[in-house]
Formats: sequence, structure tokens, C-alpha cells
Amino acid sequence: MSSTAIPSLRPVPASRPSARPVAGDAGDAALREITDDVMRPLVTRPGAGWWACFAASTIALTIGVAMVAYEIATGIGVWGLNRTVGWAFDITNFVFWIGIGHAGTLISAILLLLRQRWRTAISRSAEAMTIFAVMCAALFPLIHMGRPWLAFWVMPYPNSRGPLWVNFRSPLLWDVFAINTYLTISLVFWYLGMIPDFATMRDRTDAPVRRFAYSVLSLGWNGSARTWSRYETATTLLAGLATPLVISVHSIVSMDFATSVLPGWHTTLFPPYFVAGAVFSGFGMVMTLLIIVRAVMHLERYITAAHLEAMGKIMLLTGSIVGFAYATELFNAWYSHNVYERYAFLNRLAGPYAWCFWIMVGCNALAPQVLWLRRARRSVPLLFVLSILVNVGMWFERFVIIVTSLHRSYLPSSWTMYRPTIVEVGTLAGSFGLFFTCFLLFIRVLPMIAMWEIKAGAGRAAERRA
Amino acid sequence: MSGAAREFIVARFGDERHVVDAVRAVRERGLRVFDVYAPYPVHGLDEAMALRRSRLPWATLAGGCSGFVAAIAFQYYAAVVSWNLNVGGKPDNSMLAFIPIAFEITVLGAGLATAAAFLARSGLRPAIRARTVDLSATDDAFVVALRCRQTAFDRNLVERLLFEHGAQTVAWKVLDL
Repeated sequence: MSSTAIPSLRPVPASRPSARPVAGDAGDAALREITDDVMRPLVTRPGAGWWACFAASTIALTIGVAMVAYEIATGIGVWGLNRTVGWAFDITNFVFWIGIGHAGTLISAILLLLRQRWRTAISRSAEAMTIFAVMCAALFPLIHMGRPWLAFWVMPYPNSRGPLWVNFRSPLLWDVFAINTYLTISLVFWYLGMIPDFATMRDRTDAPVRRFAYSVLSLGWNGSARTWSRYETATTLLAGLATPLVISVHSIVSMDFATSVLPGWHTTLFPPYFVAGAVFSGFGMVMTLLIIVRAVMHLERYITAAHLEAMGKIMLLTGSIVGFAYATELFNAWYSHNVYERYAFLNRLAGPYAWCFWIMVGCNALAPQVLWLRRARRSVPLLFVLSILVNVGMWFERFVIIVTSLHRSYLPSSWTMYRPTIVEVGTLAGSFGLFFTCFLLFIRVLPMIAMWEIKAGAGRAAERRA
Repeated sequence: MSGAAREFIVARFGDERHVVDAVRAVRERGLRVFDVYAPYPVHGLDEAMALRRSRLPWATLAGGCSGFVAAIAFQYYAAVVSWNLNVGGKPDNSMLAFIPIAFEITVLGAGLATAAAFLARSGLRPAIRARTVDLSATDDAFVVALRCRQTAFDRNLVERLLFEHGAQTVAWKVLDL
């Protein structure tokens, strides 16, 4: 039923030389074509690229499972932790993964409220990324407990020990509530966003099993204008709630450190510094994922160079904020006249872990500065390399904050070094395996581009032209 | 809105602007629009259909307030009434330290209440048979449905009106909506 009224079907070259990241960049694709394009990865067999990525991810995941099984069976003594450095790799990974998730919420909620239309092409996959990243993050405190089957002890529940309640004054407990709320609200937001697309797939699928699954998931959605009207209100409300939530989550994560008295941790700078870093690292990961996905799944038409450029600008902004925070920390350490504080930062700059510090500065503060150049922002290979550097740099940032402050604090007789064991490295690899396995399955079974949002953008672009 | 099968006039459009015009025209003739089905939220349709502003924000407010009160009350009960534990000499009632969790539970309550109220009010629930008027309404078409038994209903007039405003097809259907 090709209609005459739908905007023209101009052939679109693989990478359009469009100048601005305007929306509905797919403005010239007709509505049915959008459905077909988005559904294609779900109904066709995956290509060699997908299988190669999937094989690599599952191998990493298997390594991780083996390492975690060994750790749980033996005890956390198999990690390189010692009396002085009681937190290291696991908490680094935890903060790293939580941070990755934040870009998803930023794209889906904050950019929605700011009416940034370019977000529509990438919002769904960014939200999925948030959920998988939070899952990976939650894994680390869980296995650090050593007895993960008792993890429910972190929840306040009536128990036979008094009842002895959890300590509500501890930021570690705030973290439990923040992470769980974040995961729940992200899931609700993600699912609500997919209901109209599930209905589209239900009405376009003949395969009985798929049809049944989409029928259940679409909750009887029929595209009623009354429902759409409420739907827009509901998603705006949820976006409004997710915005302060995402800021609170990483602020609370930073308080795990900032409320202690350790030099290098005990600073009021931490909450904004952590939030900016989280958004920065998250955009790095979104960029990495989308550059791979658009090539593997042939979605260059929807995830355009203009989208990548917009993300590059956000990376430049947040990377500069992070760089400014590093400078502020150093300045404050000097300005405080506190010997311990001064030493903590001197130790970061020139101590045994200085190489980590300089990787962090190079990858996070310096490398993104190349994005001031428009040519750099539009070069996909360069953006890909930069996004990997950002991921690496932000992982090292957390490592630097955690380990350099702990290994040499107030009491020199306790000073020691920390070195991760193969079990810790394998667990980190496993978390990447879990993340990418989930993501690769996601792009095969769920619509990774929000069809209805792209269609709305296309419809409105046609309206503006008229 | 559910129940026995009823007669409808179902008009299909290929362009969102035509739909808005048609709805406006139909309503100007004093006829009620049963509903419009679209693949995405169409701008201007709310006004054309004279839909009331959603009251969902009240559900959000109620959920948020309940969450806040419950979180503060429970933390106070656990830390002050039920088992007061001295942690580093801090006061039992460390109200400031209870705020972060109260904030999280406020957001959680507000978010879940919003989602639940939206689903309940829209009649969306698992395994329900979709009350579909036209399968392409979730894909690429805009569908206007009118109840046939209305006062001042003139089938010919309505059909002409819909075609005049860009309908591609107009059909007479018995549906169980």
C-alpha cells in the first residue's frame, strides 16, 4: 500500500553527505521502509561479522564465568588485595561500568527533555547499553562479598538477628538503593519505549512463536491516539525522573569515596567530577558500540556521520570537564597545605603508578581535544580510536583514584603495592564478555532503533517541508 | 470501550496532515471521532480531537510522595525505634544521612506509579488481544474510526467528507473495539 502522500523515495547513498545533524535524518525514508530497515536484522540470519563478534564475546564471558566460579569456590584471597589495598580491581570495574550506563540515560532522558532530535536513532541502543552496563557493575560488589548467595543481606528485611537493620548512614548502602532504583527505572523506561515497536512487529510477523512473543510484549497496543497522548506524558515524566536519578546515582557512587577521610578521596569535588566522567565514558562506549553496529548491521542510513559528530561534541565537552577536574584536584592539593593531600597527588603524578595517571590524562583530557577540528569529528576511524582511548582512560581514572590513594595513605609502615592477579583480569574480561554478549543478542531479538520515533521525525520533517 | 461488536466507519490516510484536517472537519460537523490510530504520536491531533490533558502527573506525584514518606518513616523506625545501633558515635536519628535513600525511593515510587497508571489507564496488559482496527496503523498508515450510530450521522456525507480530506480508503466495518 504505497501511498502517494508519503514523502518521495529518493535513493539514499550509504553515507549521506548531509551537513547538519538534523533529525529525523531519515526524513526521506518512507514509513514502511523504516519498519523494514529496522526489522531486517531481526528476521534475517546474522552475517559473519555478527558471528565473529558473538564468538569473541562468549569466549570472554566463559573465561569470566570460570574465574568467578574459581573465586567463589576458593575465596577472595585469589585476588591481589591485601590489608592496605582492600579495594582495587573490582571497585574500579564497578565504577567503570556504572559510568558506562550513564550515557544511555543522558541520551534517552536528558536529550529528550532538551528536544535534541538526533537522539532518536541511538536512544534505544544506548538504553540497552545502560541496562547491560548496570548488570555488569552490580556483578562486582556481589562477587566481592565472597558469599554471593547471602547478597540479600544488603536489603533491610525483618530477620531473626534482632531484627538487626542495615546501616542507613553508610554510602555503601545508599549505593544499593541507588543502583537498584536506577536499574528498575531504566528497565521500565526501556520497555515502555519498545511497546509501540513490539506492536509493529506483532502486526508484521507471520512466524507463530515470534508473533505470540510480540503479542504478549506489546500489551495489546493498537496505536490509539488517546494512548499516544498519555504515552507522551508518561515518557516525559519518566525522563524528568531519570534525569535527577542519573545524577544522584553517580554522586552516591562518588560518596563511597568522598565520605571517607583518605587523602585523594576526601573532597567535595567528587560528585560533579564523577558524573561528568560517567557521561564521558558512557559516550565513549556508545560511540564504540554504534560504530561497530552500524557497520555490521548496515544501519549507516539511520546512524549517520552527523550523529557521531554530535556525540563527538559531547565527548569533547565532558572530556574537558574531566580534564578541568584533574587540574582542580591538583590545585586544591597544593593550595590546602595539607602534607598528606599533597603527597597523595605527588604520588599519583610521579609515584609507582604514575604510568596509570599519565594514561588517564592522555586519554581523557588530551586526546579528545582533537575533536575541536570538524574534520576529526567527521572521521569515523578516528572517532573509533578515540572512543577506545576514552574507555581505556576512564577505566584507568578509577584505578588511579582507588589504588594510588589506598596504597600509600597516612601510615608509611602500611604502604604497599597492589598487583592484580590473573583471576581479576579474567573477571574484567568476563564482564566485557557479558556486556557484549547481551548487546549482540539485543540487536538480534529487539528493535535496536526506535521505529516510532524515527517515523515521527520523518513525518514532521515532511510537514516542515510542506 | 470494550464489549460487543459495533459498526464503524474506518478511514485510512497516508499522511499525518490529512488526518488532522479530517478529524477537525468531522468534529466541526458535530460528529464524534471514536479514535485515531497512528504509528507515532501525531502533532496537533490532541487539539483536533479535543483530548483532555493527561492526569498522569498526579499519579507521579502520589507515587513520589508515598515513596518519600515510606522511606523516611522506615529508616527512622529501623535506626531509632527498632534497634538503635551506635555507629561511630553518630546520632540515632541521622536524618541528613537518610535523605539519599529517601530520594531514591521517591524516584522509584514516582516512576513505577507513572508506568503503572499509564498501563492501567490505557488498558495495556499482557496477553490481551489487540483491538486492532487496521494492521497498517502500527506501520505506515493513519486510521480514523467513527461510530456509526450517532445522532446526525449521514453515511454519504461522512464518506465524502473523509475522502475530501485525503482518505485513501473508507470502509464500513463491524469491530469489537
